Amino acid sequence: MMTFAPYFLILPLAAFAIQIFFGKRLPRKGDWVSITAVGTTLCLAIAMFVMMLFLYEPGAKAEQSFEWFNLGELSVKIGVLIDNVTVIMLLVVALVSGLVHLYSVGYMKDDPRYSRYFGYLSLFTFSMNGIILSNNLLSIYMFWELVGLSSYLLIGFWFEKDSAANASKKAFLVNRVGDIGMFIGIMLFFTATGSFLFSDIFAGVAAGALPLPLLTVAGLCLFAGAIGKSAQVPLHVWLPDAMEGPTPVSALIHAATMVAAGVYLTFRMFPLFTPEALTVIAYVGGVTAIFAAIIAVTQNDIKRVLAYSTVSQLGYMVMAIGTGAYVAGFFHLTTHAAFKAALFLCSGSVIHAMHHAYHKLGDHDSDPQDMRNMGGMKSKMKITFLTMFMATLALSGVPFMSGFLSKDAILAGTLSFATHHPEHFLLPLFGFGAALLTAFYMFRLIFMTFYGKPAKQEVLDNIHESPATMTTPLIVLATLSIFIVYTLPYINPFSDHGWFTDLIVATNSVVPQHVNPSAHEIAEGIHHAHLPAMIISLIVAFTGIALAVVIYLKKKFSAEKLAKNLALPYKLSFNKFFVDEIYDRFLINPTIKLAKAVGFFDWEIYDKYFINGFGRITERLSRFIGITMDYDVLDQQIVDGVGKSTRFFGGALKFIQTGKIQNYLVWVLGGIIIIFIIQAM
Amino acid sequence: MNDLNIYLTVGAILFSLGLYGVITRRNGVAVLMGVELILNSANVNFVAFARFGGMNLSGHIFAMFVIILAAAEAAVALAIIINLYNKFGTVNVDDARSLKQ
Amino acid sequence: MDWNILSWLVWLPVIGAGLIVLVPRDKGDTMKWIAAAATAFQLIFAVLLWSQFDSSHVGFQFQEKMSWIASFNIQYYLGVDGLSLPMVLLTALLSFLCVFVSWKIDKAPKGYFALFLLLDAGMMGVFLSLDFFLFYVFWEVMLLPMYFLIGMWGGPQREYAAIKFFLYTLAGSVLMLVAILALYFTCGHTFDMTVLMAQANDGLGSMTWWGFNALKVVWIMLFIAFAIKVPVFPFHTWLPLAHVEAPTAVSVILAGVLLKMGTYGMLRISYPMLPDGAIWFAGALALLALINIIWGALCALAQTDLKKMVAYSSVSHMGYVLLGMAAVVAAGAKNGGNVLAAEAGMNGAVLQMFNHGTITAMLFILVGVIYDRAHHRNIDGFGGLGARMPIYTGVVALAFFAGLGLPGLSGFISEAMCFIGAFPVFKTIVIISTLGILLNAAYFLWAFQRMFLGKLNEKYVDLPEINKRELFTLIPLAVLVILLGIYPAPVLDVMKVTMGHLIQIIQQSSLLAAF
Repeated sequence: MMTFAPYFLILPLAAFAIQIFFGKRLPRKGDWVSITAVGTTLCLAIAMFVMMLFLYEPGAKAEQSFEWFNLGELSVKIGVLIDNVTVIMLLVVALVSGLVHLYSVGYMKDDPRYSRYFGYLSLFTFSMNGIILSNNLLSIYMFWELVGLSSYLLIGFWFEKDSAANASKKAFLVNRVGDIGMFIGIMLFFTATGSFLFSDIFAGVAAGALPLPLLTVAGLCLFAGAIGKSAQVPLHVWLPDAMEGPTPVSALIHAATMVAAGVYLTFRMFPLFTPEALTVIAYVGGVTAIFAAIIAVTQNDIKRVLAYSTVSQLGYMVMAIGTGAYVAGFFHLTTHAAFKAALFLCSGSVIHAMHHAYHKLGDHDSDPQDMRNMGGMKSKMKITFLTMFMATLALSGVPFMSGFLSKDAILAGTLSFATHHPEHFLLPLFGFGAALLTAFYMFRLIFMTFYGKPAKQEVLDNIHESPATMTTPLIVLATLSIFIVYTLPYINPFSDHGWFTDLIVATNSVVPQHVNPSAHEIAEGIHHAHLPAMIISLIVAFTGIALAVVIYLKKKFSAEKLAKNLALPYKLSFNKFFVDEIYDRFLINPTIKLAKAVGFFDWEIYDKYFINGFGRITERLSRFIGITMDYDVLDQQIVDGVGKSTRFFGGALKFIQTGKIQNYLVWVLGGIIIIFIIQAM
Repeated sequence: MNDLNIYLTVGAILFSLGLYGVITRRNGVAVLMGVELILNSANVNFVAFARFGGMNLSGHIFAMFVIILAAAEAAVALAIIINLYNKFGTVNVDDARSLKQ
Repeated sequence: MDWNILSWLVWLPVIGAGLIVLVPRDKGDTMKWIAAAATAFQLIFAVLLWSQFDSSHVGFQFQEKMSWIASFNIQYYLGVDGLSLPMVLLTALLSFLCVFVSWKIDKAPKGYFALFLLLDAGMMGVFLSLDFFLFYVFWEVMLLPMYFLIGMWGGPQREYAAIKFFLYTLAGSVLMLVAILALYFTCGHTFDMTVLMAQANDGLGSMTWWGFNALKVVWIMLFIAFAIKVPVFPFHTWLPLAHVEAPTAVSVILAGVLLKMGTYGMLRISYPMLPDGAIWFAGALALLALINIIWGALCALAQTDLKKMVAYSSVSHMGYVLLGMAAVVAAGAKNGGNVLAAEAGMNGAVLQMFNHGTITAMLFILVGVIYDRAHHRNIDGFGGLGARMPIYTGVVALAFFAGLGLPGLSGFISEAMCFIGAFPVFKTIVIISTLGILLNAAYFLWAFQRMFLGKLNEKYVDLPEINKRELFTLIPLAVLVILLGIYPAPVLDVMKVTMGHLIQIIQQSSLLAAF
């Protein structure tokens, strides 16, 4: 397996380089380069996956480290770790990435920067694979930022739009906030253990390299990176804005893979978290799940609904890890990747169709993403509708779909946690509440888009199904949201028992002093909570669907009237709880103001008055010394004084000189007489 | 008052007259005449000191020199005055003020 | 090496300058090619030096030593070690590229290129001299051409900037001169750095001047002299002005090489000669580093002039170097003799010096490129250039991302090493200064957005793309930035023995017990 690893990095990176430098000159603008690269990695990933299935060994693990550089005593090692988790993640990424590449051939067909788009996709694939393969925090951090870069480039792909440019900048900066925390966490672990490798850190922590309170802090610092990348509250604000990027990008990066990196990191680092840290993680996830679900209910932009839904689902995964059901979290990550990618690509198909219809009608003002403009598209886009419907069922947690199993596992974990720690009763409430809302807003989306009547009938007349390059990925992904894919060789729609649970098993925490429950205890608890959790989740899911049917399909209640009656909650939800506004007001604007003030102070006051003040004082002093003292006094008064006085006396005595010898003789005579008189005296 | 004093008084009067002439006369020739008077007052003194001072003939000899010198001086001075006249068109010494800048 | 490679490195530009002076006034191209040839050979020698350098060897190599002014025991003494070698290469590379950056100079090219080569020689001399007096001479020699280059070929406020730069740095030099004399008279009447390294600490440590420890007094004088060059807050305000007013190539040299002289001086002179002082001052140094990082970044965020923004970013980035240098005290007993952290910090500092040299050179060249076309540098005055100048935009993006410390590009690894090194000792300071990472990203991305993203500014629909000559000056730097980002070991291998030795010197100091 190890021999495959380099190709996951080299191939996409080479494709990126080729696209950037030669893409435009290649035939078909080089899309085949990227597709070949990602296709090859997909083949490799499938091969590895098959090997894993044949091996069927939960503890299978291959690791290889090498020295990146050394500074004498300090040797910085990085390396590759391949275990079952890695294989599954690689497959998820390669699969979704491959399908998105394929889909993009149709979706981005006429874009002037077509080749660069594929280059960026390759860059993303490279960095994402890097995160997955890393066996150390340092290279994870590096690839972590690199996926941030590719996300920046792809969100801002249509950079002529100010909104896209803003969104890309925001995504990068918000992620960096989390990354700083992560970096501090890495420094804490490195300082304590002297290595970046997971294995060394785990061993060091198990040996008590960090005292418990510091371990909590260090763990939470690492988790801060996940908060940023996986768009958890309070750093979730970038993800909805990231929908400014092309829709396939949203499917790949902002739904299926990159945003899952945070969950993946938390999953990998799970043994390091102390109970206190895990509680914080659980609450962050729980709050995110319910918070984003509430917002998703009132959004009208089809992609924004999905974006908030993604945030909410990521919250689920994080909550699962926080409650100890971290295998369930990873399971949900996998299933979610498939059906959320399907949902995004379907929405892309709808937007694509709407866009073309508007284009044909010469309408450049209407928003092709606004669900209020859609409706009745079921008959026109059969494949899109069917696949989207399947993915919606999966997301809503309806039995026979993959989402049901994974979500159920999470809810069972949450419920079990709450039974052991009754003071955390809010967590299951968040979980089930979010499940209800999820079912509701997803069916709202389906009904508003595919049922009923559109705002303008002529739009509907011009709607066509998308080309095969776009629908094939939909079909593949929708198929992957059926439960059976994940439970083989067992076929029981109500149990997640299958190859996945066999191969991915929980490991014990390495936190010293046994403050964490063991993996076995957690599994036991989840097992007991399984049945009640399933019953409740079925009830809430169907309640949510029923509500959506009543309001949006049968129109028994007017949604507008409901909104009016619930004015305050509606307003909060519609405006996303004003989080962006609060950040603008209390963080961003003050920072810019501070920067302006500091810049002004530095240049206009400190430099001009203080530093130049030295110059000015010196100048004054020199003027005093050079002009007043030296010139006016010393030179003018004293030195020139000698000459001046001479001149004065000369002027005064000048009249004696008449030029007449006789006058002079008189003076001589006078002089002699005076001398005589003096002599005489 | 002895005899010497009489000679010296004559010499002094002669000298004063000469000096007066030198200082007050405008005419160059008259100034020259004043100078001659001064020289002669000196002669009187020389001779008087030679006679009463118990000296030998040196006073007389000096007087002879002075007379000769006076003759030479008169010749040079008259030549200067002629030049002066050529240059300034006058023998009035007041007009010859080139010494003043 | 028997052909005196170090002397060639120093005097080659001087020969070039001499030749340029002889060229008739109207043959501008000949002068440029002479300058190019001189710097090209210098670069070749520098690469040769690099390849011949024995990186496992502690101490100075390729030494050249002869008596210069015997009555004062002043020597012509050159030598190179792992600390100066990266700086030598950086100087040679940037000088070579800068000749091409200044290819379009047509105002008095004779003076320009002659002075430029003289500047080059001065810089090389500073990095190679091992005699303190010689060091000082080169240090001052470099000032003069700089003064004229800014004052005559600069922007609208050039005279003001040139005078300010000159006086400010001269004020520092004076303090250095006093320190040199103090060392000379207290430590055996010698200017030989290798001797001073052995004697200065004990020689000065036992003396008291006006009630102060002589060692601390000398340390502070040297620190201020070097801090002005770095520049360390609060001595930094000459820098934005000088950078903004200087012609592009001179800004590149200023930011790329001159700033490094400050930190180089600290590492070459202050640290090994006065290790007690280094330890005594480490806390203050870390604090100043923090202020540099945050203050510089905030100032950069506020700028509307692109060049000024880049200039302030240098203030911020040099803060990382200081932070890494402060990390040396991690080797103290209280931290369990954490040599790992000290190594990370010290090597990170020198690597950051090198990397900042390449990155900031790219940034200034890029600013020059757009200024030559648009004749202004107002960030808000552009917009949407990404659509019009894709190659230029790509290179700028690379430079900006390198500047904001994106992993995979060279800036990241050195910044990370500085942080990691300083972290065990100065936890609070490091945590606050990580905010600098965020602010750096903020101003670079914000500027990038305002200049290149959004709708294309109507004024610039015809703006020409970057040309081949300009690309030629940027590509070597870009390659270095990427290569060292992926694999920094080549540079680290050269310096690590020297830095390890320096850490040992510091470790021998008795003061280290406090840390």
